[in-house]
Amino acid sequence: MAMLRKWVIFLVTITWCTHSFGQSADPELTENIEIGLSTETITITSDFSGADLTIFGAVDNIDPLLMRQGRYDIVVVLEGPSRNIVVRKKSRVLGIWINTNATSFRNVPASYLVSMTRNPQDITDDRSYKQLALGADNIYIEPINENGDKRTIAEFREALRATKKSGALYSERVGGVQYLSSNLFRASLALPASVPLGTHKARAFLFKNGRFLKETSDQLHIAKSGFEQAIYRTAQDYGLIYGFLAVLLAMATGWLGRIIFQRD
Amino acid sequence: MGIYLPIAEVSVNIFVLLAMGGAVGFLSGMFGIGGGFLITPLLIFYNIPPAVAVATGANQVIAASFSGAMAHLKRGTLDVKLGGILLIGGIAGASVGVYVFSLLRALGQLDLIVSIMYVVFLGIIGGLMLIESIRAIQRSRKGGSSSLKKPGQHNWIHKLPFKIRFRKSKLYVSAVPVVGIGAVVGFLSSIMGVGGGFIMVPAMIYMLKVPTNVVIGTSLFQIVFVASFSTIVHSHTNQTVDVVLAFLLMIGGVAGAQYGAKVGQRLRGEQLRALLAALVLAVGLRLAFDLFIEPANVYSLSVLQAV
Repeated sequence: MAMLRKWVIFLVTITWCTHSFGQSADPELTENIEIGLSTETITITSDFSGADLTIFGAVDNIDPLLMRQGRYDIVVVLEGPSRNIVVRKKSRVLGIWINTNATSFRNVPASYLVSMTRNPQDITDDRSYKQLALGADNIYIEPINENGDKRTIAEFREALRATKKSGALYSERVGGVQYLSSNLFRASLALPASVPLGTHKARAFLFKNGRFLKETSDQLHIAKSGFEQAIYRTAQDYGLIYGFLAVLLAMATGWLGRIIFQRD
Repeated sequence: MGIYLPIAEVSVNIFVLLAMGGAVGFLSGMFGIGGGFLITPLLIFYNIPPAVAVATGANQVIAASFSGAMAHLKRGTLDVKLGGILLIGGIAGASVGVYVFSLLRALGQLDLIVSIMYVVFLGIIGGLMLIESIRAIQRSRKGGSSSLKKPGQHNWIHKLPFKIRFRKSKLYVSAVPVVGIGAVVGFLSSIMGVGGGFIMVPAMIYMLKVPTNVVIGTSLFQIVFVASFSTIVHSHTNQTVDVVLAFLLMIGGVAGAQYGAKVGQRLRGEQLRALLAALVLAVGLRLAFDLFIEPANVYSLSVLQAV
């Protein structure tokens, strides 16, 4: 049974104390964005098959007129832990498909989930996205061997992005950020079944009239729940003991089977 | 009902795994085989990463082999001395196998080599069995005897040095081919995740001339130890043994084997072997097919590992 769970992460709106009194005299400059996570850790259970994650946040000191006109845009990103990744390419050798080429990339986010108020091209232009390294197509993915062939690197980098996208690990949800009131918003992100474990970084970007204003971030830890995590950690940290236990379990199962079914 | 496999890192259906274990257990009971060489390809077809399928297959094999070996020990159809000598080779072969396994994995060629080895071995074994069983069926139709073993016949193996006497097997044979067979089976056990009974049993019967009544017990005895060794070493070096997956397969396997054994007693030997041969060939063909068709995505990603 695929149960879809919904985690709701509440905001902590204490933005009013983040500004000095002097600044509040000029409301034009003091727009601010905050997200707050009520929990630092999310645990996924054994039947996890993907879920929606909701992050709440607030914008402050905004111009109510511009807000009504929909000139404030928000982009929320949940970036997974970084890993060094090998991209391998298969090609046909004597009729068989074999991995023949490979390129390794440094510090690639294992997942990159984006949620935004509108179509990306309506929020700001490509140059801003590039400058902010915002969006799956704009994050830096650099090869470990920087002296490789430029075209090959570009090809493998593109393949990496495409593969991540097809596995829903790099995703984009247009209209996923919605205003609940004039200054509260809610961002929903699609956590895929294969969401990477570890420390994720939640970031929120505020745009006004197509111009980037502010960014805020917070951390979120995604872990396997009790039993699975215990097995995984034991396998990783105590491989030898784990191996012995696996053997004992198998022998006990075989022995019990013999008793139950009285073979001979 | 879905279950998350902590090491394979995929969600799978618990009933599919139980059924898979049960079906292979049924066949293993029916034909008297370990079934490891069917479990690993089936797991690969079910999208379990090959590295995990192989290491978990080795773990799963222990359960059925252990209960089988205990039964043979009780009946006195187990040559511990012969099994021990086979084991020396087995441990050496398995050590080399696990090292080669890690190396292939780091090079990104593990999946390919595992598939090719399966295609080759399943093809050879299935083909030989099919030919042999068809001949046996033809012979029995003509009314001739279908005896396989011709005692007293000697071949080049019996001219090798380091001869050892095995009382239980009524054998006087060189230790060299015994250790050699053990090593080959140990190597295959760790690379393919199989017990290796499908190679061990014919090799013992045809090459060493071990009497058929002690062959199965002795083979199971050495498989228990080699598969245990492979499991522990895989777990230590590659962390690819998934106990949840192995346990589900074992439960299905232990239950399935009981019913398989009952059905097997009612069917005739040659037809049974022809049936198994066809099955082995079908699994081999399916794996071969996957090697030749163009993959949906020619690119694959994996986390960088140090060699």
